Amino acid sequence: MHVENLTLAYDADVPVVDGLTLEVPSGQLTAVVGPNGSGKSTLLRGMSRLLAPQSGRVLLDGKDIHQLPARELARKLGVLPQGPVTPEGITAAELVSRGRHPHRGLFGRLTSDDDAAINDALRAVELTELRDRPVDQLSGGQRQRVWIAMVLAQGTQHLLLDEPTTYLDLAHAVDVMNVVHAAATTGRTVVAVLHDLTLAAQYADHLVVMGEGRIAAQGRPVDVLTADLLAEVFGLKATVVEVGGAPVVVPDRRLAG
Amino acid sequence: MKSVRSRTVVLSILFAVLAVVIALVSLSVGTTKLPLADVVEVLLGGGRRGTRLVVLELRLPRVATGLLVGMAFAVSGALLQTLSRNPLASPDIVGVNSGASAGAVAVIVLAGTGGGNISGVAAKVGIPLAAVLGGLLATLVVGALSVQRGVVDAGKVVLIGVGVAAAANSLVAWLLVVGDVNDAGRAAAWLAGSLNARTWSDAIPVLIAVVLLLPVTMMFNRDLSALVLGDDVASSLGVRVARIRLALLVIATVLAAMATAGAGPIAFVALVAPQVALRLTRTERPPLLTTAMLGALFVVLADLLARNGLHWAHVGPYELPVGVVTAACGAPYLLHLIGRQQKGR
Repeated sequence: MHVENLTLAYDADVPVVDGLTLEVPSGQLTAVVGPNGSGKSTLLRGMSRLLAPQSGRVLLDGKDIHQLPARELARKLGVLPQGPVTPEGITAAELVSRGRHPHRGLFGRLTSDDDAAINDALRAVELTELRDRPVDQLSGGQRQRVWIAMVLAQGTQHLLLDEPTTYLDLAHAVDVMNVVHAAATTGRTVVAVLHDLTLAAQYADHLVVMGEGRIAAQGRPVDVLTADLLAEVFGLKATVVEVGGAPVVVPDRRLAG
Repeated sequence: MKSVRSRTVVLSILFAVLAVVIALVSLSVGTTKLPLADVVEVLLGGGRRGTRLVVLELRLPRVATGLLVGMAFAVSGALLQTLSRNPLASPDIVGVNSGASAGAVAVIVLAGTGGGNISGVAAKVGIPLAAVLGGLLATLVVGALSVQRGVVDAGKVVLIGVGVAAAANSLVAWLLVVGDVNDAGRAAAWLAGSLNARTWSDAIPVLIAVVLLLPVTMMFNRDLSALVLGDDVASSLGVRVARIRLALLVIATVLAAMATAGAGPIAFVALVAPQVALRLTRTERPPLLTTAMLGALFVVLADLLARNGLHWAHVGPYELPVGVVTAACGAPYLLHLIGRQQKGR
């Protein structure tokens, strides 16, 4: 996946992403981080055709995503946007089966291929036992994993995930990140927007730091995430230590008295 | 997953069978009581001439219109409720029926001949056409005003819809005042939602709408299943959200408007049938086929009661408009739904 000179805006004259170019490494987990309002979620919407670019283009296997037919794109690129709607009473398996939409015809039941993809996806997020439970009765972390399973069932080579760990406590966030990382180790190209720097650094193969609509730095987390960068991009005074080969951000305390 | 599907199928068949049974009963009761066997004989192509006249020309158009408008209103409600993600958004609440009524009443009053019948063409083509135009206009206004940044605001749809309905209703009131007394009287009876004295010319426009649009709607079933997950999710699953939303909105409007043209704005069918079907099948959105069958059953049953209820209760040989009976059942249900929404579920 290749992003070329992409400019995105909600109001024509206020670009949120400004002439951004990015080569997404294939078969790896890329994490996009940045301060609030840096344009990281907007970039993901632009990469997934949820937002049409002002200029520039996004290439998937060499083709502009805006030139591809909607169904064909949906068979290549899976997206988990922010704020998906969980219908009241829908079961986990039923929700995951919706991911098969771009593979299905107008009528007819699920094929054995569809069933296999649904079962694989539920197994990948370790929710096979809860498949017949209504999703609204699951915990926040389990619910998020069901949604990821839905995107996995879509069977796409590329995955874009917008803040999949938001509102989750650390244990559930780690569960979700394990699933996301596993998806990348099976050869998929995964891009996830994350807000937790340490979590992003622990899991990502490639880290992209955004600031003010542009890429401030990118590369291996251990090379990118430095105290200088945090001060410059986030305005954060912090110490960066290395644990298990990946950086951990420890904010400097400013205690009163 | 299997149990949900089989529940949906079983309930669809159950409601269809019940609707047919009630329809047969409706064909047999009335001023001339006919044995069910005679009714069936006529429907199969036999029977005596007098019986054939009563069944095929006097009673069947009414019953058929009832079945068809029931389906049309119910499916229209299911579509609007699903598209706006709001159980209160049905054509009778958000002004589509009122818009259609204003169109139809305009034709009745303005093209009326002052006591005589409106000319054939005006009645056959003019009323359905004006109803569809009025309905589309109402949908357009509600849609345009409740969309923000390309996203439909589910709460706004109902509030704006109620406003549009009020505007259309006052237009209707004005038309009734300026119109000829006889035309206005006929329009007022029609406005209550009545299947009284329906003829084949009332049934045929609804029949065409249902036969054409119901299969088309079923083709969108799977896209609707993606749409309930949110516009962004649906769009990334390959659904062309804006296009499909528009197509379904037009279909829902035409169904409700044609039904309104055929039998008047029968209240609450479009609101209640989808929600009851939804609760019985325990699906995540109103199931289209089950909803259609339940709508048909609701209207023929309500009409049977409207036509014979007062007579059976020994009050006298009076008929009620079917809309009065559906409103009596539907209004409490509406209050229940509002209460449920305010509790935030």
